[in-house]
Amino acid sequence: MPTLNVNGTSRDVDVPDDMPLLWVIRDVLQMTGTKFGCGIGACGACTIHLNGQAIRSCVTPVMAATGGKITTIEAVGDTAAGKQVQDAWLDLDVVQCGYCQSGQIMSAAALIATNPHPTDSDIDNAMSGNICRCGTYTRIRAAIKQAGQSATVAKGA
Amino acid sequence: MVAGVAAGGGLLLSCRLGRRDDAVGAGTFAPNAWIRIGRDGVVTLVMSQVEMGQGTYTSMPMLLAEELDVGLDQVTLEAAPPARPYFNPALGFQGTGGSTSVREMWVPLRHAGAVARTMLVTAAAQEWGVDAATCRAERGTVYHDATGRMQSYGQLADKAARLPVPDKVALKDPKDWKLIGTSAKRLDSASKVNGSAQFGIDTVLPGMRFAAVGASPVFGGTLGSVDDSKAMTVKGVSQVVHLADAVAVIASNTWAARQGLAALDIKWNNGPQAALSTADVVKQLQEASTKPGKVARKDGDAGAAMTVATTKVEAIYEAPFLAHATMEPINCTVHVRADACDVWVGTQVAGRAQAAAAKVTGLSKDQVTVHNRVIGGGFGRRLEVDYVTQAVAIAKQVDGPVKVTWSREEDIQHDMYRPYYYDRISAGLDGQGKMVAWSHHVAGPSILLRWAEKSLSGLKAAGISNLVTTIKGIDLDAVDGAVNTPYDFPSMLVEYTRVEPPGIPTGWWRGVGPTHNVFVVESFIDELAAASHQDPVAFRQALLKNSPRAAAVLELAANKSGWGAPMPAGHGRGVSVQHVFGSFVAQVAEVQVTGSDVRVTRVVAAVDCGVQVNPHIIEAQMQSGIVFGASGALYGEITLKDGRVEQGNFHNYRVLRMNESPVIEVYLVKNTEAPGGMGEPGTSAVMPAIANAVFAATGTRVRKLPISTALAG
Repeated sequence: MPTLNVNGTSRDVDVPDDMPLLWVIRDVLQMTGTKFGCGIGACGACTIHLNGQAIRSCVTPVMAATGGKITTIEAVGDTAAGKQVQDAWLDLDVVQCGYCQSGQIMSAAALIATNPHPTDSDIDNAMSGNICRCGTYTRIRAAIKQAGQSATVAKGA
Repeated sequence: MVAGVAAGGGLLLSCRLGRRDDAVGAGTFAPNAWIRIGRDGVVTLVMSQVEMGQGTYTSMPMLLAEELDVGLDQVTLEAAPPARPYFNPALGFQGTGGSTSVREMWVPLRHAGAVARTMLVTAAAQEWGVDAATCRAERGTVYHDATGRMQSYGQLADKAARLPVPDKVALKDPKDWKLIGTSAKRLDSASKVNGSAQFGIDTVLPGMRFAAVGASPVFGGTLGSVDDSKAMTVKGVSQVVHLADAVAVIASNTWAARQGLAALDIKWNNGPQAALSTADVVKQLQEASTKPGKVARKDGDAGAAMTVATTKVEAIYEAPFLAHATMEPINCTVHVRADACDVWVGTQVAGRAQAAAAKVTGLSKDQVTVHNRVIGGGFGRRLEVDYVTQAVAIAKQVDGPVKVTWSREEDIQHDMYRPYYYDRISAGLDGQGKMVAWSHHVAGPSILLRWAEKSLSGLKAAGISNLVTTIKGIDLDAVDGAVNTPYDFPSMLVEYTRVEPPGIPTGWWRGVGPTHNVFVVESFIDELAAASHQDPVAFRQALLKNSPRAAAVLELAANKSGWGAPMPAGHGRGVSVQHVFGSFVAQVAEVQVTGSDVRVTRVVAAVDCGVQVNPHIIEAQMQSGIVFGASGALYGEITLKDGRVEQGNFHNYRVLRMNESPVIEVYLVKNTEAPGGMGEPGTSAVMPAIANAVFAATGTRVRKLPISTALAG
């Protein structure tokens, strides 16, 4: 039985080793903030952090995450970068339907954590795996830049 | 669903299991279907217009709260149940679509707010024995400044509830608006940023099971035999459910259900469409379009004018089938009992969902409760209830609640597609390059008539004034944007021929009729400008003498874009202007073309939608519509082979990504005209602007979408 560390809590899950993390998180642990979008790692709606790195949970088998630290949208606000990204998202009113935004925020938080001053090209590289059908890209780009600036302020303070 | 704004500004979302009428208890002031104020001072606003990204859960509360005199931080939102007071006046049933929410609710919701405020003020004035005109309301409290008295709405609720509801109330003078016209923050942001928003797919119920479903891969096919021996050995799989045209596997989680589905050995009866291809559909349309259609608009004698034209230009335009590909794949959770049925779903048509569930179960509508959730993308897909029908049919055979979630492949291959349209268009110009004749023949399916044929409520969807025309066989949606161009044409003929593709279900897609017609009209206008060696903006301006608002947005977009400034080789600028959904929009798109690869680098949009209820949301909708339309124009295409859809996921049904998204600039024109719709105009406007930019960059006129396929071919 795999044991997972999800948002700082240890969870035993009675599931097959090859079950994608997405369905373990959504259906077994009943944490629904992480979204199903495509099932083939092509849209980014299911993005979570494994040891701080953005991964697509729909194509990551549960066994690949045992022993690692999983962070989902429900807890990303506890990290400095996650909080800065969420605050910028609120400040600029990025969301529309909102379905992809968990994944967008997880990808953006992973980017800001390692690169607080991303260029447009850095943003393209980090975010092009996350599809938004509402087309919130303009505001996502602006929010990432704003989050990066607030990261600098926070560090300097 | 209940959404409440917490003290910190965060939106609380929780599941509300009761019915609307259960909640109105003693001491609750509920002067109309939209507003409830309890003794505790909680102000609940009931939302008939669903939130699917377009901002209705902010704009509708703004209309109510403006006249009610409460702050947006003081209200709790609740999704309306299916009920007559929530019918959309434009549609004749409960529905969110066609960019109608602000346009249709603009007066009724302000009126509803004013009625409630008037009654609360009257209650206070009576209690204090003063003239109501000497009292004022602000942020949920009535004040009598002269005597320093005040009472909160909660304190006044009991007394106000006993007063007669006034028929006539005065709406505020626009100069007194506190909310309308402001870029108030979205009320749904917080829950969508922290993952707590509850979409239909997030439904979790005690004892709930999970279903994976596979419908006949060939349209119109039926289920033959199923060998489920391997599927039943998959851990967690408990049941295999057979429907006439689909099979579902029930399990303890979605993954197990999918493993079970993949392990089934299914024999399908493919039926009459087993060999159908896109070419068959096009051939049928092509043939139909050579015969005269039904006349949708006739000004003057275009045929005669054409014979004397110096230059005659003719073209055929084609627009492909398109899937909606909402980010939230189709899903529906259902619990059927002997005497009741509960449906948890995101739907643009709560009443239709209820009726569909009632029909499948044999229960009365009153026995069906629809729990409507925030929607992870509608774009027209969730105006249809095929998936509710299917999920209820599955749930009928399952003991306890079951959540049916389609795979992305199922979602794309069993959509209700934007129809394939085939347009013949021609125009005549005189020796000075002035238009003398315009003739446009639209051939394609009629979604409106399909709805009308199905039910009385569908018939009402045509709108009473449009009913006669619709019965005559003219689909006013299918010609929207074709019969009502912003231009002055000396003579004009628009015809429509209804052609239903065999077996392919079609439905509305963001931008509805105008998405295809504006593409055709604005591309062809560009062709005429080119044919007469005129500048595309100047050519349009000459035809807009009687449409000053259209002329103004065109001028604004042209100026802001730097129209006319030279561009490097391989780059081009294209323009479009339209008046659809009650709003005027002009766009200038810039593209960079490398071989068959087209990048939209910049889009400048000028918008006149009358009164701007919330400018920040209007800007967002313009950005959104542009990205959605650019995806369709550049890549969108559903094709058929052997009766099946060839695309299945985002790798072969490509949509715009961050790195492909243009820089978008939106300029709003201020005025006091009645508000227009904003959910869809961006989509219809951008498609021709991009195609015209491709022409400017390459000299290639794209008459058949998508552009990527046209240029590669």
